[in-house]
Amino acid sequence: MDAINQTTAAPQAAWGRVRRSRYVADMALKVICILFTALGAFVLGWILLMLIYEGVSALRPEVFTGTTPGPMTKGGGIANALVGSLILTFLGIVVATPIGVLAGTYLAEYGKGSKLAELIRFVNDILLAAPSILIGLFVYTLMVQPMGGYSGWAGGVALAIIAVPVIVRTTEDMLRIVPGSLREAGAALGAPLSKVITMITWRAARAGMVTGILLATARIAGETAPLLFTALNNNFWFRADLMGGVANLPVMIYQFALSPYQNWRELAWAGALVITLSILALSIVARLIFKKDTSR
Amino acid sequence: MSSIAVSASSAIGKTAAANPDALVRIAVRNLDFYYGDFRSLKDISIDFFDRQVTALIGPSGCGKSTLLRTFNRIYSLYPEQRAEGEILLDGQNVLSPAIDVNELRARVGMVFQKPTPFPMSIYDNIAFGIRLYEKLPKSELDGRIEEALRKAALWGEVKDKLRQSGMGLSGGQQQRLCIARTIAQQPEVILLDEPTSALDPISTGKIEELIEQLRSEFTIVIVTHNMQQAARISQFTAFMYLGELVEFGPTNKMFMNPTKKQTQDYITGRFG
Repeated sequence: MDAINQTTAAPQAAWGRVRRSRYVADMALKVICILFTALGAFVLGWILLMLIYEGVSALRPEVFTGTTPGPMTKGGGIANALVGSLILTFLGIVVATPIGVLAGTYLAEYGKGSKLAELIRFVNDILLAAPSILIGLFVYTLMVQPMGGYSGWAGGVALAIIAVPVIVRTTEDMLRIVPGSLREAGAALGAPLSKVITMITWRAARAGMVTGILLATARIAGETAPLLFTALNNNFWFRADLMGGVANLPVMIYQFALSPYQNWRELAWAGALVITLSILALSIVARLIFKKDTSR
Repeated sequence: MSSIAVSASSAIGKTAAANPDALVRIAVRNLDFYYGDFRSLKDISIDFFDRQVTALIGPSGCGKSTLLRTFNRIYSLYPEQRAEGEILLDGQNVLSPAIDVNELRARVGMVFQKPTPFPMSIYDNIAFGIRLYEKLPKSELDGRIEEALRKAALWGEVKDKLRQSGMGLSGGQQQRLCIARTIAQQPEVILLDEPTSALDPISTGKIEELIEQLRSEFTIVIVTHNMQQAARISQFTAFMYLGELVEFGPTNKMFMNPTKKQTQDYITGRFG
């Protein structure tokens, strides 16, 4: 209608000012990003496919029941290493959880603005990035030498040292995202700080803290270097006192995969598949817990 | 007094007029407040009357929330904040180091701008505060929780889901849960820090009705940005500006016939 045409304003700037090169640059960045993502995914997929192919073909029922065999023998399994790994990981996480959770709580709740807390946070970040072989050596001089030999205890402590900084960090981060208004509301009812922390902020951050502990578990379940100097590895079931070394999957994989024996190499693949699937399962559980609790 | 009440009746509406004989519950004397070096309250002296609603109004940053936060010493959670002067609750200076701050907070309850339900069941949200100071058998605790929820006008909506999380309630319900949690402790004073600014008009109306009912039992101090709200629900109003108390008086006088020009300008929307 004429009326509309009459009231339509003229454009204040001409159309078509965007140059063609801008579209090209836009597209180029997008393509490059996609290419490199694909490269990363391709390598990861290759590793996984190879692992599944080799691992599945090495799986026999005996793998889960038998102990690791001697060189140049047939058959055997990885049951002793599997159970040993469970014990070491459990020991590590049981030691690390209280230390990590309480230290993280100190940093988030008590150490606000304190120099000591800042120092601890800094040292924790260094520990988080420390080469794990160093931690193995540290525990070797701290425990293996004085105790006169390798042991599951030393292995558990080494794994705990790996897990502590992870748990400290996630605990602090998760407590920090709890809104301050919740702490004020607790205090406003006359609750002392200890009650506010244990009954309100811990509860509010629970899902994130548990997720952090599970991810730390997944991390130490696959650690090899700290165990080389502490729990070592062997072909037997663990001793009741956990002395004299404890068979475990990562070191078993390391030793068997480098061996010239076909049977050992197959068991190494089977062990690698088992450990990868366990870590995958743990990560999925961690995600589910976190999602379920935060979606409320 | 009566002439003011008559002239104000059309604008102020149904709220009861200020009771000139009410006793003083909180007396603030020469109060200064500092955030670090910044002096944010300047020599405040004001009385809050027993079982009356007092509204604190003024532009953002005038110190009204700061003043509210001194009454239960919640500011002391932050080491760089401090108050000087006297705040007498029933004649006792609550700023004195001899006063246990947690005991004070059980007597002077507080509800915040954003609803703050704890991550636990509706039942436990209310039991939390009671359990801090009283050890009650289950049946008595149940009774206290029902009573608090009834007084907060929430019982009907939640009585069948007391075991469900308090986080699952609507914003208005969460705010009433926070009020229930506060009154379950049977405090003397309730501090409300912009309790309806995060709520929709219907929830706001419910909270305002609730405040009117709670006045029979509690001394209430409310910070609000909403001038109509102050006029609707309070008996006394204090106008603050730049950390100073400009004017304080019965709400209908403050709104109909303020003494100071600054008060007049703020109330009529000329600044703020």
